[in-house]
Order: sequence, then structure tokens, then C-alpha cells
Amino acid sequence: MELIIFLITAAVAIVGAAAMLLSPNAIHSAIFLLINFVAISVLYVLLYAPFLFAIQLIVYAGAIIVLFLFVVMLLGAERAEDARERFAWQRPLGLTLAATLLGLIGYIALRGPAPEATATVADQQFASPERIAEALFTTYLLPFEITAFLLLAAVIGVVVLHMSGVLRPET
Amino acid sequence: MVPTSYYILLSALLFTFGVVGVITRRNALVLFMSVELMLNSANLALVTFAMARQDVAGQIVVFFVIVVAAAEVAVGLALLVAIFRTKRTTDVDEINALRG
Repeated sequence: MELIIFLITAAVAIVGAAAMLLSPNAIHSAIFLLINFVAISVLYVLLYAPFLFAIQLIVYAGAIIVLFLFVVMLLGAERAEDARERFAWQRPLGLTLAATLLGLIGYIALRGPAPEATATVADQQFASPERIAEALFTTYLLPFEITAFLLLAAVIGVVVLHMSGVLRPET
Repeated sequence: MVPTSYYILLSALLFTFGVVGVITRRNALVLFMSVELMLNSANLALVTFAMARQDVAGQIVVFFVIVVAAAEVAVGLALLVAIFRTKRTTDVDEINALRG
């Protein structure tokens, strides 16, 4: 049963990612990326990560995709790229290199040390939100505080970027 | 029970899609989306290993990655808007002001 759910969700994730790559319209790309994010959040449920499931939906599927859609519509960037290719040899070379990368990762993943017996004996509560909070506020308290500074720096950076555009008279 | 290697292979496939997107697309917004796809595939691998090892630390790392990704998207999109204001384009081939 779990395997069937995994296969369906994985197919949805792969189709979403591929459609994001192939669609010429940036808005369609964002929507397909949303499908991919939701599929990955379902995989988090299968992996007993309920906290990350919620975070994935709220931050990625909610905030980040909305930000993308907003900027795409603001800039009017949804029109198709022109087919003209400045370096025609780059695309086949890039695809070849990507296929090589996939082959290498797959080879290493499959020949690596066999993953230890999973989850038939596993504690399904090992990553309940309580356990995550306990680890986050004891062992990982300093990194957690640093993320607050990181977000503050991001907010200030965005405001500064906007101000420099407003204050410059010729733009 | 789904074997761990299935998740890792799915993660590798999604990461490769992200790499292909960064290499072949020229719309800067789609480049950003491909980077997000790569971050997500790495997150999937981390959660998979956290599950396999029954260790909550992997999920904590994913939490921090999501925080950094959110900050990165906010700053990156602000940069794109600032570039668009002067260049009137989001095509990365056209943004060549530093070309020698």
C-alpha cells in the first residue's frame, strides 16, 4: 500500500518537475513547481516527518510560490523565451553532462553501503513535532537563533535593494 | 515499506531536472525555480536518511535549509526586480553589463 502511494506521488513529482522545465510560460512553470512541492510534502508524510510536511506546505507551496507568481506577473516575464540560441552547442553538452551526473548519483546511491533495516521495526514517532522542538531548542539552539538574524538580514537587504532603485533619479 | 534507495533515486532524478533547468533555460525566474527544485531534492534525501537512521538531526537540517531558501528567494527576487528596472529584461543572456 505504501509502495503504491510512493509510486503515484513520485510520478506526480517527476511529471511536475519535467513540465516545469519544458513549459515556455513562466507562470505555468511556477504552477508545475507547486505540484512538485505538494508531491514532495506527501513524501514527507510517508517518511514520518509531519512537522516538515506542514512547513513544506506553508513556506514552499504557500509563501515561495506566491512570491514567484507575484514577481512573474509584476515583471510581465511570462512570455516565451525566443528560440534563438546564442551558443547552439551548449544545450546538447549540458544535457549530456546532466545525464552523466544522474548516472553517477544513481550508481553511487545503489552501490553504497546497504541502508540499515528501515521502519518495519522503526519508531514512527521518532520525529514527532515534540521531539523536533526538543532538539531545536536544546541541541540546536544557537543555529536556531542565527536563523533569526539571517531572516532579519534578508528583510533589510530587500528594503535596501528597493530603496536604491527609488532614490536613484534616472531610473 | 518503501526501500530507502527508491527515495534516493527520486531525489537524484529531481536534482538532475534542476540542473538541466539551470543549464538550458534563460529566463532568470525559471532559473530560480530550478534552484528551488534542487534544494527540495536535497531536502528529500536528508529526510530519507533521517528516517533510515531514526535520527531527528536530519530533519533539523532540512528546517534550516528551508529557512535559508526562503531568505534566498526574497533577496534573489528583489535583485531580479532591481535588474529589471534598469535592463527591462529577465533573460540572463541579455544581462551582460560586466562582459569584457
